[in-house]
Amino acid sequence: MQWETVIGLEIHCQLATASKIFSGASTAFGAEPNTQACAVDLALPGTLPVFNEKALEMAVKFGLAIDAEIGRKSVFDRKNYFYPDLPKGYQTSQLAFPIVGQGHVDIQLDDGSSKRIGVTRAHLEEDAGKSLHEDFHGMTGIDLNRAGTPLIEIVSEPDIRSAKEAVAYAKKIHAIVTALGISDGDMSQGSFRCDVNVSIRPKGSEQLGTRTETKNLNSFKFMEDAIKLEVERQIDVLEDGGSIVQETRLYNGDTKEARSMRSKEEANDYRYFPCPDLLPIHIDEAYIAAVRATLPELPDDRIARFKEQYGLSINDANALAPSKPTADFFETLVNYLGGEAGDPKLAANWITGELAMLLNSSGKEISDSPVTALTMGLLISRIKDKTISGNAAKSVLKSMWNGEGSADEVIEAKGLKQVTDSGAIEAIVDQVIAGATAQVAQYQAAEPDKRGKMLGFFMGQVMKVSGGKANPGQVNQMLKRKLDALCD
Amino acid sequence: MHTKTLAELSRGLAAGDFSSTELTQSYLTRIQTLDSQFNSFITVTADTALAQAAAADQRRAAGDADPLSGIPLAHKDIFCTRGVRTSCGSKMLDNFVAPYDATVIEKFNAAGAVSLGKTNMDEFAMGSSNESSFYGAVRNPWNRDCVPGGSSGGSAAAIAARLAPGATGTDTGGSIRQPAALCGITGIKPTYGRVSRYGMIAFASSLDQGGPMARTAEDCALLLNCMAGFDPKDSTSIERAVPDYSATLNDNLDGLKIGLPKEYFSDAVDPRIATAVQAAIKELEALGATIKEISLPNTQLCIPAYYVLAPAEASSNLSRFDGVRYGYRCANPVDLEDLYKRSRGEGFGAEVKRRILIGAYALSAGYYDAYYLKAQKIRRLIQQEFVSALNEVDIIMGPTTPHPAFRIGEKSNDPVAMYLEDIFTLSVNLAGLPGLSTPVGFAGGLPVGLQMIGNYWSEARLLNVAHRLQQATDWHQQSPATI
Amino acid sequence: MSLDRTEVEKIAHLARLQINDADIPAYAQNLSNILALVDQMQALDTQAIEPMANPHDATQRLRADRVTETDQREQLQAGAPAVENGLFLVPKVIE
Repeated sequence: MQWETVIGLEIHCQLATASKIFSGASTAFGAEPNTQACAVDLALPGTLPVFNEKALEMAVKFGLAIDAEIGRKSVFDRKNYFYPDLPKGYQTSQLAFPIVGQGHVDIQLDDGSSKRIGVTRAHLEEDAGKSLHEDFHGMTGIDLNRAGTPLIEIVSEPDIRSAKEAVAYAKKIHAIVTALGISDGDMSQGSFRCDVNVSIRPKGSEQLGTRTETKNLNSFKFMEDAIKLEVERQIDVLEDGGSIVQETRLYNGDTKEARSMRSKEEANDYRYFPCPDLLPIHIDEAYIAAVRATLPELPDDRIARFKEQYGLSINDANALAPSKPTADFFETLVNYLGGEAGDPKLAANWITGELAMLLNSSGKEISDSPVTALTMGLLISRIKDKTISGNAAKSVLKSMWNGEGSADEVIEAKGLKQVTDSGAIEAIVDQVIAGATAQVAQYQAAEPDKRGKMLGFFMGQVMKVSGGKANPGQVNQMLKRKLDALCD
Repeated sequence: MHTKTLAELSRGLAAGDFSSTELTQSYLTRIQTLDSQFNSFITVTADTALAQAAAADQRRAAGDADPLSGIPLAHKDIFCTRGVRTSCGSKMLDNFVAPYDATVIEKFNAAGAVSLGKTNMDEFAMGSSNESSFYGAVRNPWNRDCVPGGSSGGSAAAIAARLAPGATGTDTGGSIRQPAALCGITGIKPTYGRVSRYGMIAFASSLDQGGPMARTAEDCALLLNCMAGFDPKDSTSIERAVPDYSATLNDNLDGLKIGLPKEYFSDAVDPRIATAVQAAIKELEALGATIKEISLPNTQLCIPAYYVLAPAEASSNLSRFDGVRYGYRCANPVDLEDLYKRSRGEGFGAEVKRRILIGAYALSAGYYDAYYLKAQKIRRLIQQEFVSALNEVDIIMGPTTPHPAFRIGEKSNDPVAMYLEDIFTLSVNLAGLPGLSTPVGFAGGLPVGLQMIGNYWSEARLLNVAHRLQQATDWHQQSPATI
Repeated sequence: MSLDRTEVEKIAHLARLQINDADIPAYAQNLSNILALVDQMQALDTQAIEPMANPHDATQRLRADRVTETDQREQLQAGAPAVENGLFLVPKVIE
């Protein structure tokens, strides 16, 4: 049986406002418990909400960035349920009239093609507080600092067909919200939380299978693993003749296992109704135009610009453009090296090659790289001015990464300066040619079009004698000239 | 001093006839001696009151005094008062000491008024008789076997018994006007959005409004001048200039068009009430007003619409009372469910629980359209009806209640019978219009109130008409024999 | 529309209200009476009417994004039923 996976994502993204969505308390992360929970956040009797203009602006920005309909009228609704981290006993959210309607994002598939994933809607709501379960002798401790932080809930269409696509979509949304500056996108701090709805169906079927929800995946790796695990589980269940139970599941990234959450006796009846303490939000064309004017460059636009402006390949553009920190690193480096005329391809290669390897193995983000764009620029300019060879530069980079000093200091300390003096090189070349009579004879005897390959031996010898320091380009030229001269 | 109106006391203080300290002490003594008969106060704040009075006297001596400086007032226990128990008439908040002042309280403090204490009320403002309070029923000073009305029964009784010259109340379906009528005093529910709801514990957010209660319209004008005004902390508060309600009290009534809905004068109304109301209207005609019979055909529908919308909003507003962060918590909860269910089950009284259940039902899956949405549509109809009528006439009048104060216990076993008494007041809240009740006579020794309903923002006109009527009659000057 | 015992128990659970077994019939009766009152609304055709949420058709005012509240934990937790290390305590919640 051929199965098709159908996935929808719900992303809860915290908006980077200074104060809460309905109160003037701070949203800063990491404060002592309940020191950022004012009377409104604690739902003291008589307190009332007033709406943060920045949260509106950020939500509209997001809607514009995904080409979505913007709700000219949107309404806050109360979602009623009881939980200790929900002080009012209801969450203020949006149901029938969300601020952002239908939109879309485009993702890159492995084969380089592009796929459009629909976004059904994005709405504003308030975050709940946090529960701490350990260390309270049988009790749970409630911290309401987070209660009232503004969120946008971004709901995708069930257009996603694989774990990889899901990750690509999530990363795209992540790149957009960080590029817009509306979220810090810090998944470990809970600023960007993904819930996945997974179902499977026989290939070719139009009907949707029963779906399960896996909540609060806080890394892209976990998301991919969790989805794969769930798809396998669902296939096993169905192939064994069972049926999928609609339920919420929790994935444990450390044990790589998932389990069903304690099942609730009945689905929650949220009794949604428009919040009578808040009035409908009306925005007009002038407001939308004003917000649109503040939009920064979006990932897709930057990808196109990098291809155009720097002549990058589509692969390089996709690797460098989407994430702002990487894009900024690249552009700083390119500008150091002389702008569009200064070899963007070289800069791209160094970032996607050597630097990427170091970042991946250390688990660092580019913004935490010990080697900055400028210091890397200096290193690369030492290749361009022939101070060192490309190969030597790789080892210099590693040393710089490990904090051994600047490019020039490492080159000095390790004596990596390459030899460029033609006289010195000539001396070594002559020495090698003189001592390799057999190989020279082979060179002379070979067909002219086969001689190029034989240079390798002589190159190796020269590099060995020079301790790797002779400029390879010069050596190569000189060897060819001298050896060819012996062939006539 | 206690026989004087608030306005007279204000003039007396200004003239130096007595000090605020003397005045405040006099009321505190009266409360101490007499309130056990009425149970109108839940908390008396004697020390703070005297401190405030002393401060007011000092300010006055320094030449800095406003009309309300040093005037003792009582506040319905629904307004949060910093450092003072704010119970909302409920066991749920019996131990709740508010950490902040409601905006209305801040305004009175800034005006230099004195706070005598917090008055008794129906639990969470749900009721028309003040019988549902955790702190016991309030007794009507005109007849202690009778209810004072509700939910602002404590405030009304305190004024009628001359235990305070003025008080704050709140009105969601009639809770200022009806007790004002049953206790023979004046009260006004302003236009929705006129008075800030910040710090006023919410019952039904789209219907609640705070307002003044006192013996006369002149007194209410002074109080409303202080209470009214935009508050950025309340999103439903409207940004609109507050006129000086005292300045237009004496405007003449020539050309005033009064509308009398035939639905307000049916057989269901006690004939003695009808008589008293008609007599008052005659007085107004003598002052220059003209009468027109009008019809508000959807009047009856206000009851079902209100008894869906108010409980629905309340069921959600009261979810925060869960024993977690403040208020009543049950003893030894075994788990979270137990904590919620027993804290709320034990903390709330029967009427509150009834309304929460009805409200939750009306909002629940499958019933939202038939109940909540339907009620919102009826609300629109009722509003349209009023607005249409108010294009033809300036003020709509009728009895505030169909019957005078009933006996304590008479209707407490029959919630629906109690609800039907609200027929004339509910629709005013549904439409968000301002409504006032002024005393116009007696039925069997119990006060009768006339209700005036004006167009949006017409509080000044309502107070003016009531004031002119009060100048031509003396119902508002009567006091109960018991005092 | 009349409510039976099961329905009362269901709503009581939704609203997290404990009602004593012995009181359920009285609640069911009272609630049914109220619903009978409320059903009067159904007689009117309201197809073409817009629901009214707020008397003034006003729109939501916006607040500037500024931190205006300071740490008031001590005052705000002063009356809390159970607090430890600044956290509100409830019986342990199992996810």
